[in-house]
Amino acid sequence: MIPSTDTIWTWLNDVPDPEIPVISVVDLGIVRGVQWDGDTVEVAVTPTYSGCPATSVISLDIETALRKRGIENVRIKTQISPPWTTDWLSDTGREKLVEYCIAPPRAAGGPEYCPRCKSTNVTKISQFGSTPCKAQWRCTDCLEPFDYFKCI
Amino acid sequence: MSAATHDAAYFEFLCRMGDNTLILGHRVSEWCGHAPILEEDIALANTALDLIGQTQMWLGLAAEVEGKDRDADKLAMLRDAWDFRNCLLTEQPNGDFGQTMMRQFLFDAWHLAMLGGLLGSSERRVAEIAAKTIKEVKYHVERSADTVIGLGDGTAESHERMQNALNLLWPYVGELFTPDAVDIAITQAGIGPDLSDLRPTFDAHIHDVMARATLTIPDSNFAHKGGKSGVQHSENLGHILTQMQWLQRAYPGASW
Repeated sequence: MIPSTDTIWTWLNDVPDPEIPVISVVDLGIVRGVQWDGDTVEVAVTPTYSGCPATSVISLDIETALRKRGIENVRIKTQISPPWTTDWLSDTGREKLVEYCIAPPRAAGGPEYCPRCKSTNVTKISQFGSTPCKAQWRCTDCLEPFDYFKCI
Repeated sequence: MSAATHDAAYFEFLCRMGDNTLILGHRVSEWCGHAPILEEDIALANTALDLIGQTQMWLGLAAEVEGKDRDADKLAMLRDAWDFRNCLLTEQPNGDFGQTMMRQFLFDAWHLAMLGGLLGSSERRVAEIAAKTIKEVKYHVERSADTVIGLGDGTAESHERMQNALNLLWPYVGELFTPDAVDIAITQAGIGPDLSDLRPTFDAHIHDVMARATLTIPDSNFAHKGGKSGVQHSENLGHILTQMQWLQRAYPGASW
């Protein structure tokens, strides 16, 4: 039986982001579409940042996951428009980020509170962090540095 | 404009966009492992990464438009200096950290204005790349402006270095805003904005940041030219290519 696109979406929801493995590629909002084209599944993926090295790994992971489920023909389509925004991060994704000690993106341009001790006394260390999508912040109460997911 | 003239100008324009981000991205990546502090090292590497990613989109489209069986990699790694179309500013040496950040700010401020103009391009794919990359560039300019202000309005030593950097790099700004035949064709085709129209926005931005950085903009509009036309690159470009293209030149077709 041919799996429905809804079923494929649930499978993709099990594919972790390679750099932030607590959230899935679906939580991250980078899977923009799934459709059948004859006997081929076409998955539209949008890059987070233009130069993010995880993008090619993500495409490979999606392909591998779908093959394991028995789909033989997979095509990954890179779609840059409309551009990815952190608004597409799912609510579940945001909760998982906090559990993983990464502050989720906020329109105000900085984290609401320290993901470790929940203090609101936080200060920016650097606009850039360990990956293109993150910045470095520090809690001035527990003194721990932490990653903040940039809001774009 | 005939279709052939249109496509030739369009290809040149895409190479200009892609070569700017490629050469500056390579320059900035030279800091990897050498920046004054770890956070700045990471920030520079991330900026370089964004620029190289943007290059893939611009040069990828350039290769499609050219239709000669080249791709972004071939354009980046197998052209020689005279075929590069980056402006002279991007190939200037890193100097000290302050000089690198001054170069970055001058470029970012132009880049932001340029991409803003490209959002309404008559070419859908140009508008799409602009919409994607302008988000990253807004972030770049926030950091480079902050750093220019912090160092300009810093110690006597940092102030002097930033003023020297501005004096050194200012003559490379004019090229970005002086339209030539390619730029005029691109404007007429509705692909890109009139470069001279971008200047007031850029000047307002620069004046605001330099005032806060307590730096003086040189009182001269002399402009070095020859980068974006490829007619007269500085000797720096050849040195960059010897490093950047070394692997593909020594081991043609190498991949992983």
